[in-house]
Amino acid sequence: MLAKRIIPCLDVTAGRVVKGVQFVDLVDAGDPVEAAAEYDRQGADELTFLDITASADHRPTMLEIVRRTAEEVFIPFTVGGGTRSVEDIQQLLRAGADKTAINTAAIHNPDLVNEAASRFGNQCIVIAIDARRTVASDDLGSNPDADITWKVATYGGRNMTELDAIEWAVEAAERGAGELLVTSMDADGTTAGYDIELLRRISERVSIPVIASGGAGHADHMYDALTVGRADAVLAASIFHFGQTTVGEVKRALAARGIPVRL
Amino acid sequence: MIALIDYGEGNLGSVAKALKHVGCEVQMTNSPEVLQAAEGVVLPGVGAFDDCMHGLEKSGLVDPIVELIATDKPFLGICLGLQMLFDASEEGEKAGLGVFPGRVVRFRHDLKIPQIGWNQLTKVHAAPHLEGLADGTWVYFVHSYYVEPEDESIVATTTDYGITFCSSVRRGNLFACQFHPEKSQAGGLTILDNFRKLASGT
Repeated sequence: MLAKRIIPCLDVTAGRVVKGVQFVDLVDAGDPVEAAAEYDRQGADELTFLDITASADHRPTMLEIVRRTAEEVFIPFTVGGGTRSVEDIQQLLRAGADKTAINTAAIHNPDLVNEAASRFGNQCIVIAIDARRTVASDDLGSNPDADITWKVATYGGRNMTELDAIEWAVEAAERGAGELLVTSMDADGTTAGYDIELLRRISERVSIPVIASGGAGHADHMYDALTVGRADAVLAASIFHFGQTTVGEVKRALAARGIPVRL
Repeated sequence: MIALIDYGEGNLGSVAKALKHVGCEVQMTNSPEVLQAAEGVVLPGVGAFDDCMHGLEKSGLVDPIVELIATDKPFLGICLGLQMLFDASEEGEKAGLGVFPGRVVRFRHDLKIPQIGWNQLTKVHAAPHLEGLADGTWVYFVHSYYVEPEDESIVATTTDYGITFCSSVRRGNLFACQFHPEKSQAGGLTILDNFRKLASGT
């Protein structure tokens, strides 16, 4: 049967992987291609590169990383961060990326989702959604009857919009997104667990795969996201980057609890 | 030399890199002459059935492909490159290449569609491409439709996603798979290496 996917995420700036918590104290963590190859060796099911360079002239550097990664790593990888147009997507796919993640650009111009899906196929198009609760809470667990609203953030979480996250997720799916990458701004970087209720509500409204992001600190968090949260995959950064655990370790822990994983 | 068919609709880059990684000399082409001269031919394909068939037609490749398959030249079809070998698809209006009788149908259940991710192969009939792969080998899928061959003897592997569906076919030197060997790490590279050996006659 189909396995749940564990997807390490690598933040890249100026051609290097960076580690940091919520963009503070970024530390150079090496060559992205080497990092990708290491995660591949650990058994990652896919990889995601997030280009966090602020400036607009970063694109050739990122494309070179994509090309080199495609030469050495034979698992799917997704590239996101600053993808604004169909031309950007085409360049990334031609360089060897399997999927592209689009966030802000799709919110500003939702027709881009339709256009990209129709031009490249919906399997290449991941719509990334950064969501924040309108009322902060310490309890991000399952709560089906609670009256909770999430709004969407743009520009890497720096700008809040009035857009309802659940409704935008449904719309993105209808417009042709192949998958949704759902990041909880409340949970991100806390390593205290994903926003399970956010995931659950989106997963029950869409029939495309949902990738959970934001908050993983332990394999048990992933277990909750993949069961109660009904996610099909989990993205994680901090949990792996700081060497607390490996992809293999979390997969074995999940397998021991009955989650189908590729081992 | 392995000819990789370029008709505007495949993830050529990934497939080319993986083939090169296992030692193939790869030429991307839409020329029937190059296909004829090649030791083996790869037909990739992602996206929609009609778009891909249209791409083949526009490039004048329909007859050359059917002919080279008829001569049993080593042939590897990937994803849409498997689906197009059949008569027709629920996804579109166009006829397929009609190499194998059967239809392409959509997953019809309440699981997520497309099937995206790693799933396992159950070997049904032998194929040189599967040499060295155990039952349960993990490979990467991304698709909403699957093939229903009328002739079950060509089914090389099945996979379970709500139902048990045909995940690859084999007939003679032809092998075509629904999954992406170029994205399936060790298992996928083994399949490509077996294809290379078959094509070069080693």
